[in-house]
Amino acid sequence: MGTDHLLYRIYRFYRDGFRNMTVGRTLWALILLKLFILFAILKVFFFPDFLGRFDNETQRGEYVRDQLIERNAP
Amino acid sequence: MLLSTTDLMSVVDWSRAQFAMTAIYHWLFVPLTLGLGFICAIMETIYYRSGNPFWKRTVKFWMRIFGINFAIGVATGIILEFEFGTNWSNYSHFVGDIFGAPLAIEGIMAFFMESTFIAVMFFGWNKVSKGFHLASTWLTAIGANLSALWILVANAWMQYPVGMTFNPETARNEMTSFWEVLFSPVAMNKFFHTVTSGYVLAAVVVIGISAWFLLKKREEVMARKSMVVAALFGGVSMLLLLWTGDGSAKIIAKVQPMKLASMEALYDGKSGAGLSVIGLLKNESQRSQEDEPFHFNLEVPKMLSWLSFGDGNAYVAGINDLIDGNPEQGILSTEEKMRRGRIAIEALADYRDARQSGDSTRIASTLQKFDPKTQEGKAFLNDYFKYFGYGYLTSPQDTVPNVPLIFYAFRVMVGLGCYFLLLFIVVLYLAKKERLGQYPWMNHLMLWSIPLVYLCSVSGWIVAEFGRQPWTIQDLLPTVAAVSRVDSTSVMVTFFIFVALFTTLLIAELMIMTRQIKIGPHDEQ
Ligand code: HEM
Repeated sequence: MGTDHLLYRIYRFYRDGFRNMTVGRTLWALILLKLFILFAILKVFFFPDFLGRFDNETQRGEYVRDQLIERNAP
Repeated sequence: MLLSTTDLMSVVDWSRAQFAMTAIYHWLFVPLTLGLGFICAIMETIYYRSGNPFWKRTVKFWMRIFGINFAIGVATGIILEFEFGTNWSNYSHFVGDIFGAPLAIEGIMAFFMESTFIAVMFFGWNKVSKGFHLASTWLTAIGANLSALWILVANAWMQYPVGMTFNPETARNEMTSFWEVLFSPVAMNKFFHTVTSGYVLAAVVVIGISAWFLLKKREEVMARKSMVVAALFGGVSMLLLLWTGDGSAKIIAKVQPMKLASMEALYDGKSGAGLSVIGLLKNESQRSQEDEPFHFNLEVPKMLSWLSFGDGNAYVAGINDLIDGNPEQGILSTEEKMRRGRIAIEALADYRDARQSGDSTRIASTLQKFDPKTQEGKAFLNDYFKYFGYGYLTSPQDTVPNVPLIFYAFRVMVGLGCYFLLLFIVVLYLAKKERLGQYPWMNHLMLWSIPLVYLCSVSGWIVAEFGRQPWTIQDLLPTVAAVSRVDSTSVMVTFFIFVALFTTLLIAELMIMTRQIKIGPHDEQ
């Protein structure tokens, strides 16, 4: 790919931008750490999709309908 | 596993606490992004037109503050979606379609707009043309505000569910009109009120930080000029905010009368109701039904009726009218709504039983009730299903939110709003007289206005969200039916994890931000 190619120029734009960052580096480290905690720890271990244990929409619908009926006040 | 009622209430309480805490923390980061983006765009436009490097240096400083706030706040909203899926699964399923579309649009748009234009905004100085850079700054600001639109449309739908029908087969609501959802009066008012509140917040933050520079006798020209831009932007936004705030109250009067009555601590409805400017409420537990709710109350006569319905003599329903009913005013009692709600739930149970029996005539006849295209369906949806959520309540009192909290939060929001308007006017007046920054006490006041504007903004959400309790979806789904059957201990654990995570993020933000403010604007090499 020649150095004038648009994609190369876009790549260089981002690369140089990241290289010249000062406070930005700390911020990127923070963003990545935050995303790691959110997706690799919290989502996996603490926030499972509650209805994800059902195989399909029909089963999910049936479960929620049962719940909506069963919680009816006496 | 079946949870007992007490366990379920504990799940509801912890899940609510967790949601409130994450939403409040998330909202601490968002409004500054909404407003500061535009302030940067305005400053860069001045630079573009004047070519004066002073403005470039100034806008780069404020962009750095924008960048820090954006980086720390970004993705904190995703946690709310995790909570929907785990703690509020009935709710998530029930609303499915309505939420899916706006949130998907939000996700895609935010990703493309933010990843391209923000990059140009930060990396593109001296690399792309001045015009392209300016356009990127404006588009970053517009993109952030458009993201807010979709989230707020979803929130507005919960407060005023329109443009959908309930499908008992899937147990979900299905969108019938995207435009009705998007352009519902609640959505439009909420969007404009919320984004303009972000503009006011950003203006106050810029003025406060500039005041700090004036106190330190550093960067005084930058500080004064930034203050003027912020005060002009904030002043215009404040007028829009007043207008949309008034619009919100008018709509609440129609669609969430209990919220309005709580905002005003209006127990007994009346014609020609006055607006409480400031009042001290009696303790709920010490007050008997007949007692006046206030120790003292400064009231503008007829104002509440006029503001709510455009007629000083109009009847405004009070909490007791909404609980006990008021046939003269055509208000059903909550007991009656609960009865109708239970009938609607029974209709759903009939449909389920019919499905289980496999009897196709029974299935068809039970389904008819939910079909808005048939006469029977229309009547059932309007007379019974409309009150579906009331069927889960155990007492009419369940529909009364925390009145003192909402009453005071509303006054904090409006009172501080008036103070900020005055602040913007004073800044502009002093700037004209060339006396801006000469009074240290005033600089201190401006600096301390920063926490006040955050308090004001969070108070707005307290009014909106506590005011609609117990509903996750107005009249259709109370919290007790919306929550998942999860173990409350696990919700409690994640609550504390979030407290720790968010507090760390907030401390990081404050540390990085104050450090960068102390460094001040950079000179071009
Ligand atoms: C000065 C006059 C103001 C009036 C009359 C007013 C009125 C209202 C009303 C009635 C609501 C509830 C809306 C709902 O539940 O749907 C609300 C919400 C809110 N307000 Fe205000 N407000 C004012 C000023 C402010 C100020 C100065 C700020 C912040 C800087 C602010 C921020 C908010 C926020 C963030 C919400 C929640 C979003 C919403 O539901 O619209 N408000 N306001």
